[in-house]
Amino acid sequence: MTLTVDGVFKRFGRYPALTGVSLEARDGEFLTLLGPSGSGKTTLLRVLAGLDKPDQGRVFLDGTDFLALSARERRVGLVFQQYALFRHMTVARNIAFGLEVRPTRARPSRAAIRARVEELLALARIEGLGGRYPAQLSGGQRQRVAVARALAVEPRLLLLDEPFGALDTKVRKELRGELRRIHDATGVTTILVTHDQEEAMALADRVVLMNQGRIEQIGAPHELDAAPASPFVFEFLGECNRLPCELAGGVARFEGFAAPALGDANLAGQGVALFRPSDARLDAGVNGDGLPVRVIAVHGRGAVRAVECQALSGHRLTAELPDHLAIRFEPGQRARLTARRVMVDITRGASSKIAMPTQARERA
Amino acid sequence: MIGALPRRPVSGSGPIILLTVALVWLALVIGAPMATVFAQAFAKGADAFLDAFKDPDAWAAIRLTLLMAAIAVPVNAAFGLAAAWSLAKFDFKGKSLLLTLIDLPLSMSPVVSGLVWVLLFGARGWFGPLLEAGGVKIVFAVPGIVLGTILVTVPLIARELIPLMAAQGTDEELAATTLGAGGWTVLRRVTLPNVRWALLHGVLLCNARAMGEFGAVSVLSGHIRGLTETLPLHVEAVYNEYDFVGAFACASLLAGLAIVTLVAKTALERAGRVAAIKGSAA
Amino acid sequence: MPGFRLAFGFTLLYVSLIILLPLAALIARPWEHGLHGFVAAVFAPRTLAALKLSFTAAALAALANVALGLAIAWALTRYEFPFRRTVDALVDLPFALPTAVAGIALASLYGPNGWIGGALANLGLKVAYTPTGVFVALLAVGLPFVVRSVQPVLEDLDAAWEEAARTLGAGPLQIAWRIMAPALAPALLTGFAMAFARGAGEYGSVIFIAGNMPGVSEIAPLVIVGKLEQYDYAGAAAVGGAMLIVSLLVLVAVNAAQVAFSRRGER
Repeated sequence: MTLTVDGVFKRFGRYPALTGVSLEARDGEFLTLLGPSGSGKTTLLRVLAGLDKPDQGRVFLDGTDFLALSARERRVGLVFQQYALFRHMTVARNIAFGLEVRPTRARPSRAAIRARVEELLALARIEGLGGRYPAQLSGGQRQRVAVARALAVEPRLLLLDEPFGALDTKVRKELRGELRRIHDATGVTTILVTHDQEEAMALADRVVLMNQGRIEQIGAPHELDAAPASPFVFEFLGECNRLPCELAGGVARFEGFAAPALGDANLAGQGVALFRPSDARLDAGVNGDGLPVRVIAVHGRGAVRAVECQALSGHRLTAELPDHLAIRFEPGQRARLTARRVMVDITRGASSKIAMPTQARERA
Repeated sequence: MIGALPRRPVSGSGPIILLTVALVWLALVIGAPMATVFAQAFAKGADAFLDAFKDPDAWAAIRLTLLMAAIAVPVNAAFGLAAAWSLAKFDFKGKSLLLTLIDLPLSMSPVVSGLVWVLLFGARGWFGPLLEAGGVKIVFAVPGIVLGTILVTVPLIARELIPLMAAQGTDEELAATTLGAGGWTVLRRVTLPNVRWALLHGVLLCNARAMGEFGAVSVLSGHIRGLTETLPLHVEAVYNEYDFVGAFACASLLAGLAIVTLVAKTALERAGRVAAIKGSAA
Repeated sequence: MPGFRLAFGFTLLYVSLIILLPLAALIARPWEHGLHGFVAAVFAPRTLAALKLSFTAAALAALANVALGLAIAWALTRYEFPFRRTVDALVDLPFALPTAVAGIALASLYGPNGWIGGALANLGLKVAYTPTGVFVALLAVGLPFVVRSVQPVLEDLDAAWEEAARTLGAGPLQIAWRIMAPALAPALLTGFAMAFARGAGEYGSVIFIAGNMPGVSEIAPLVIVGKLEQYDYAGAAAVGGAMLIVSLLVLVAVNAAQVAFSRRGER
C-alpha cells in the first residue's frame, strides 16, 4: 500500500492548520509525524482517517482516491491518545467491534471473530484480559487494547495520535518497543504522531518533521541528525547552544575561533549559530584558540558531564565532556570554548537578545 | 468542553425529522397548555379579565398564597442550611438515612403529604381530640395549609445545598475559625457567600412550589372561600362554577409567576456558572 | 468546627416533626382495623381500579417520555438552532407551573371544545374525561424528569468514541445502538423512575381532565380524598401507604439496576 499525500491544505476558520503538505509512505513503512503543538500533525492524521476534510489536495492509497471514501469506508485503524475504549464493553467486545459492525454479508462467523480476538490479545500480550472492562485496566493495558482494536479490521493504515502521551515514562518506553514489534509482525503501514523527538527518532523508519502546517524535512533519523535541512530542524531535534556569529562561505566565525557550518554554503551574513553541547569543546586557560569563557558549574554524574559556562558577552553555553576531561574544570575557572560544527540561522541576526540555552534551565 | 460532542447546525433529513418531532412534542405538551391559559383568560376581552380581580375572594386567596410562601421559604431555607451544614461539615452515623428522609417528600403524592397532617391533627387524628379541647384548629385552617406546604417543599432547598457544601468541604470554615471567627460569623461571611447561587436557586424553586401547591393544600384546606383558599384552590373553585374566564385570569397570574421563575432560574444558573469558573480560577 | 450541636439539633428536630411524625402516622394508621381492614381498603374494587389507573397511566406516560425526552435532550445537546436556549428553559416549565393551572389548561385544551379536543372529536376520539386524559396529563408532568436526567450524560459523551467507531466501520445507527444507548441507559432508567413516581401521585394536573368516575377514570389520590371526606382515616392511610410503597420500590429497583450498570462501566 503506497500512500501518497499531495498538496493538502486545511484551515479552521482563519487558522491555517496545513499548508501544502505532500509526502509518500511506502508499503509497511513506519513513519512518525513529529513537531511542536500547532504544527498540523494531528490535523494531517485526522485527514488521513477521514475525520476531517481538507480544503485542497489529494490523497491516494495504492491509486484509489482516498478522499472520496468516508471514514467508515477507509479501513484505517486509529488509536487515540485517550484510548477512546468503549466503557460499557469488555476488552473482547471492544476488539471485536470493528468485525461485529460489518454488514451481514461481510461479517465473519462468531467463531472466526472469537479466534481473531484471541489472536490479537496474544499479539498485544494481553491474553486473559478479554473479559475485563476498560475501567479495570491500567493505562498501558488500555493502550494495548486500543491498538488491538484498531488492528482487528486488518487496516490498510494504522494511525496513532500521541498514543503514549497519557502514560508514565517507564510504561511509555515499554509500549514503544511493543508497538514496533507489533508493526514488524503485521507489516502494516504505520503513521505515529508525537511531539517527543526521542520517541519519533527511536521508532521511525522515516521521520516527517512538521512546523506551522508545513513539512520541514522528511528523512531517516540519522539523516536528520547528519544533515538537518533548516535551523528549525536542528533546534527541534536536540538541545542547542546559541551564539552570534558571522557566516561566509560555509564557515561561521566567532570571537576567537571558526567552525564549519551545516546547510547552504551560499548563505552569508550575521546570524545566530546553533550547536549541540556534545559538539562543544573546552580547553583550560586563556592562551590559544577559542571563545573566552568562565566556568559556572559542572553538572551530572556518570560517563558524561555538562559543564556550564558564561562568555564575556553574557551568553550561557554548555559543553558536554567525558568525565575524565570534565573533572579538570572548576567553577570560576577561565577556559576557552570551541565548537566542532554549527548550524547558522541567518534570519535571526546577530543582535538577537541573549537567549538562555534550554538545558541550563532544565538542569538547574 | 474537551472531548465533548460538538454541537452541529441542523442538516440532513435525519436531524431535521428529529428536531421537528422534538419541537412539535414540546409545543403540544408544554406550549399549548400555556397558550391556552392566556388565551382563555382574555377570551372575553381585557375587561372580563380584570373583573376576575374585583372579587375579594381572589385577593384573599392571593394574600394567603403569599403568606404560605413567606413562611415556607425561610423556614425551609433555614432547615436546608442546617441540614447541609450538619451533613457536609461533620461526621456522624446515619447520614444516608437522613438524606433518604429528606428526599422522601419527593416520592410522596401531594395528596399524601396533606393526608399525613390530617392523620395527626384532623378530627379523628391522633392529636385531634387534644386540639379540639384546646380550641386549636389546624386542619381546615391556615396552620394546616402551612404544614402541608412546608412538607411538600422541604427537600427543595436542602437538595441544592447539600451536595454543594459537601463538595466545598470545611477548609475555608476551619481557616476562619483559626482566625478567631465565631460560628455565626463563619456562616455569614464564609459559608453563605460560597453557596449563594445554589441557595437562591433553591429559594426560587421552593417559592414556586409553595405558591403553586394544590394537592396537599386541597386536602388540608376546607375550601372556605375567602379564608382558607390559596390561589390555586381559588382557581379550582371558580373553574368548577364554570366561570372559565375568571379561573383562567387567576391562573394566568400563576402562569406568569412560573415564567418569571423560569427566567430568574436561567439567569441564576448562568451567574452560578460564571461564579464557578471564576472560583476555580482563584 | 462550631455550630454542630445547633445545626444538627435543629435538623433532627425539624425532620422529626415535619417528616418522621407524619410518616409514623402514615405507617401506623392503616392497621387500625387490623390486616383485614387494610386489605379491605386497598383491595376494594374501586380502589384497585383507581390504583391500576394511576400506576398504568404513570408507567405508560413515563415510557413515552423516555422516547420523547431522549429525542428532546438529543436535539438540545447536539444541534444548534434558533431559540435553543429558550426551548431549553421551557422544558422545566412543568416543574415551575402550579399543577392546578396545568390541570385546567389541559382540560380546556383537550375538552370537547378545546383546540386539540375539538379536532380529535371530529376524528371520533375522546380524550378528556377518559383514562386517556389521565395519560395525556401525565405526559406533561414527567417530561422534564427524563430530559434533565439524560442531558448531562449526553453532554459528557466522549467525541472520540464516535470517531473511533466510525473508523472501525460503524454506521450512525450502529453507533447509536451499541455505544450511545448503553451510556444513556442508566440516566433513562432514572428519568423513567422519577417520572413514574411523580405521575402516580399527581393530583392537580390530572383531576380536571380525568372523568373522576369511580372504577373507570378515577385516580388513586382522589380515592384518598374521598375516604378522608368520609372520615375513613385508616382507609385513606392504607391507600396512601400503598402508593408510597410502590413508588419507593420502583426507586429502589432502579437504584439497584444502576449500581449493576456502574460496576462495569464507570471509573
